[in-house]
Amino acid sequence: MTASSPNLLFGTIDEARTALADGSITSTALTQSVFDHIEAIEADVHAFIRLDRSNAMEAAKEADQRREQGATLGPLDGIPISIKDQIVTKGLETTAGSKILSGYIPPYDATVVQRLKKAGAIILGKNNQDEFAMGSSTEYSAYGATSNPYDLSRVPGGSSGGSAAAVAAGAGFASLGTDTGGSIRQPAAFCGVVGVKPTYGRVSRFGSIAFASSLDQIGPITRTVRDAAHMLQAIGGPDPRDSTCRDTPMPDLLSSLEDGAKGLRIGIVKEAFEPDGLDPEISSRVMETANQLAAAGAELVPVSIPSLPHAIAAYYLTATAEASSNLARYDGVRYGQRADIGDVRKANLVDMYNQTRSEGFGPEVKRRILLGTYALSAGYYDAFYVKAQRVRTLIGRDFQRAFQQCDALCLPTSPVAPFAQGERTADPLQMYLADIYTIACNLARVCAVSVPAGLDASGLPVGVQFICNHMQEPMLLRVARACEVQTGGYNPPTPIQGLSAEGG
Amino acid sequence: MSRYAMESILERWEPVIGLEVHAQLKTRTKIFCGCPTNFGGEPNTHVCPVCLGHPGTLPVLNQSAVKMAIATGLGLHCTVTTESVFARKNYFYPDLPKGYQISQFDKPICTEGWLEIVLPERTFRAGIERVHMEEDAGKNLHDAQTGLSQVDFNRTGVPLVEIVGKPDLHSAEEAMAYLKELRNILRYLDVCDGNLEEGSFRCDANVSIRPSGTEPLGTRVEIKNINSFRNVGRALGYEIRRQARALESGDAIVLETRLFDADTGQTQSMRSKEESADYRYFPDPDLLPLRLDQTIIEEVRSTLPPLPEDVRSRFNEQYGLRPYDIAVLTDEKDLALFYEEIVTSGADALAASKWVQTEVLGRLSGDKLTVSDCPVPPERIARLLTHQSEGRITGKMAKDIFEKMWREDADPDKEVEQIGGVISDDADLRRICGEIATQFPDETAQFLAGKTKVLGFLMGQLMRQTKGKADPKKASKLLRETLEAIGTEGK
Repeated sequence: MTASSPNLLFGTIDEARTALADGSITSTALTQSVFDHIEAIEADVHAFIRLDRSNAMEAAKEADQRREQGATLGPLDGIPISIKDQIVTKGLETTAGSKILSGYIPPYDATVVQRLKKAGAIILGKNNQDEFAMGSSTEYSAYGATSNPYDLSRVPGGSSGGSAAAVAAGAGFASLGTDTGGSIRQPAAFCGVVGVKPTYGRVSRFGSIAFASSLDQIGPITRTVRDAAHMLQAIGGPDPRDSTCRDTPMPDLLSSLEDGAKGLRIGIVKEAFEPDGLDPEISSRVMETANQLAAAGAELVPVSIPSLPHAIAAYYLTATAEASSNLARYDGVRYGQRADIGDVRKANLVDMYNQTRSEGFGPEVKRRILLGTYALSAGYYDAFYVKAQRVRTLIGRDFQRAFQQCDALCLPTSPVAPFAQGERTADPLQMYLADIYTIACNLARVCAVSVPAGLDASGLPVGVQFICNHMQEPMLLRVARACEVQTGGYNPPTPIQGLSAEGG
Repeated sequence: MSRYAMESILERWEPVIGLEVHAQLKTRTKIFCGCPTNFGGEPNTHVCPVCLGHPGTLPVLNQSAVKMAIATGLGLHCTVTTESVFARKNYFYPDLPKGYQISQFDKPICTEGWLEIVLPERTFRAGIERVHMEEDAGKNLHDAQTGLSQVDFNRTGVPLVEIVGKPDLHSAEEAMAYLKELRNILRYLDVCDGNLEEGSFRCDANVSIRPSGTEPLGTRVEIKNINSFRNVGRALGYEIRRQARALESGDAIVLETRLFDADTGQTQSMRSKEESADYRYFPDPDLLPLRLDQTIIEEVRSTLPPLPEDVRSRFNEQYGLRPYDIAVLTDEKDLALFYEEIVTSGADALAASKWVQTEVLGRLSGDKLTVSDCPVPPERIARLLTHQSEGRITGKMAKDIFEKMWREDADPDKEVEQIGGVISDDADLRRICGEIATQFPDETAQFLAGKTKVLGFLMGQLMRQTKGKADPKKASKLLRETLEAIGTEGK
């Protein structure tokens, strides 16, 4: 890091761009300093499953060469970022946080990775996560837990906890996460950064290791809303390799970004402030943020999503059912881990399956495969899966009704503050219930964002969530930016600044 | 049990048979990825991350497979549904890389149709319950020498339609006729090559029996692993007898799947219903429901080639062919087309029918060729037949010329010109007849003495000396006249 930019590691993509453009830093130097920073903090944070130093440095060199030749590609050219391990990277081991995929080297790049590479972004490595994106704390990783940069004894949220912790800790300017029921937004809220779950079908899922195909969506985790816009702009839009990806081209996300709060109708979801489990400090912080937006010219509208309380049940049936099928391919036959079954000529196929899957999957994944298998079984399908789809339809309708009255819904991202590691793993149901605010928009396929809304009394980040209708990402980011202006957005975490020699 | 006793048992029981056929669609690429579909190829060379089920990959539906499935439905008089859904059939097997097969389940692409079955004694319609699209699985290979099992995924993701027939068939013969007609229809539609050996046309049979003259269906047994038309007959014949014998001796039929063993000609129990897997079908969230608007259905309908039944009725109405000839000529699409081209090139329809059945088919089977490999094009056959019908050559000559056309690629016009064609000029023939009478005075005398049978000998001599070129009708008439004239002169 050069002396002229002591805080660039915690800065924005645009600040890095400026530094690259005015020659005060090269991409090579920037990337190297990020790796140095990661080295300094990684033992405490553990945001990465693996780093890809040599390829990253090579890509940075190429970005510098392009810049010298005046052929810079765009806002992300030369910018170091990271990718959740759920997203496949050609030639770079990809495990989805699971032992069963250890050693798996993908033969192709996910569409989003391809697009980021084409935009010149430097891929530092793969972020830690809950195994197969199943979890809300990144404690269910086969490769160890990630810590929250604001309090190392606490969880960063999940499942994209490695992505959120890396970005919060200054280990790269952005990361891609995946969000099936809140896996981008909840860790973003826990780590005081911005996390966007785009509309289902806005970003190609090709290369996103499937957890629940009808709910999964890739999105950016960044320190600022503007950075999220840069990332989403690069990764979104039609992809012929994903039939569920919409044909609509990605609109310009930056042009309306600074349009402000004036004239916005912000829906305050009644049901969101009712649950017993809602931390009062979070509740009041979210309301305070809404009031700040109102003071800045927005109109607050009370709205209702009556089906919201049923979202958890509908979600955990749909997601586990799809997961039970999506995870069937990890059978030890073709790739990834196969259990040692002795002499294969004497071994039995079913034993190979059983042992491979017993050893390869962690407890939360097994729990969900069992739940999902049950939900799809003969005699239970109608009562569980089909009924869950009906509830899903109702939730979608409730959202549509709400969006007739407002431009964006406002609610907490998580009902609780980042909890201590080990605090909730013993009680899976408690963990599931904490997804209450995030899962409904996956079911309704709408877009949502978590924006940092300052710290609570214990110095832990609080996130406020906005939800907009299908394909309304320009509006979503405008609202998020208006909020960021009010709350001040991202603040570098103190514990990390203490760890990193260069950070302070 | 004696043969007689068995046959009388069979009179007391009526078989009820429904067939399920898996037909491979003739698309260039697989149903959900761009890999080639050609048969053969080194193991695992027609594969990609998508059909190998790599993490993160997604299926994209091949639109040409959809069009072929629509054509299949239309060819079977089905309703093409405007919305069908791909589902996942979940089960573990090494040849199934995703751990599920993408198949249509409760919302297939086509429903409710029929096909026409022509038997010697009757023609009837057999119902089609549904046609649905699905992907094929790979192939497990077991090496007895090494004791290892390997998987070839070349076939994984090859597009199939499953055609589920209604239980409208009541004998092994009807079942075979159904299969032949179905295969023929698919070949007429050009959606499946119908190759049983390469597995592009595979059949499972559901069989039950019930007391003759009663309505309620008996317990059904599914027979798998039938891989030739002949084996369909053998498997069904065995199974019908097995069930009849069991019921006659007071045993119950178990709802089960049985495998046909071509070596023993018997069926063996594979698994009972209780052991059958719960496939946990649910709509595949990676694929949107397949919505077809009327435009695409009509587009396929408008380009639909003629079906066997259309060709059959045309051959009857336009060409006046008899049912037997129609059956032979329409049995293969290529043969029907071949025949029809001879007719449209100017040959007489009946003569062409006879020629194709006696000359062409015989030579093809002798040379182990298919119609599409026939060395003589239909248009040349038409010219040859025209020469014959217009009297320039005799039937014998036509056959000889055809032999040259077959072996040496000869042109019929040139051949006819070269041999000079038929001797049909009255003066020429009279001269020849006179010469014959002179050469065979004894026979001539015998004839004149009333032994008219000797005319055949003289006629034979005439044909031999003219190398078969004499117009036989005319020559025979003139020979008689010539001989009679000699007799008159002699008196």
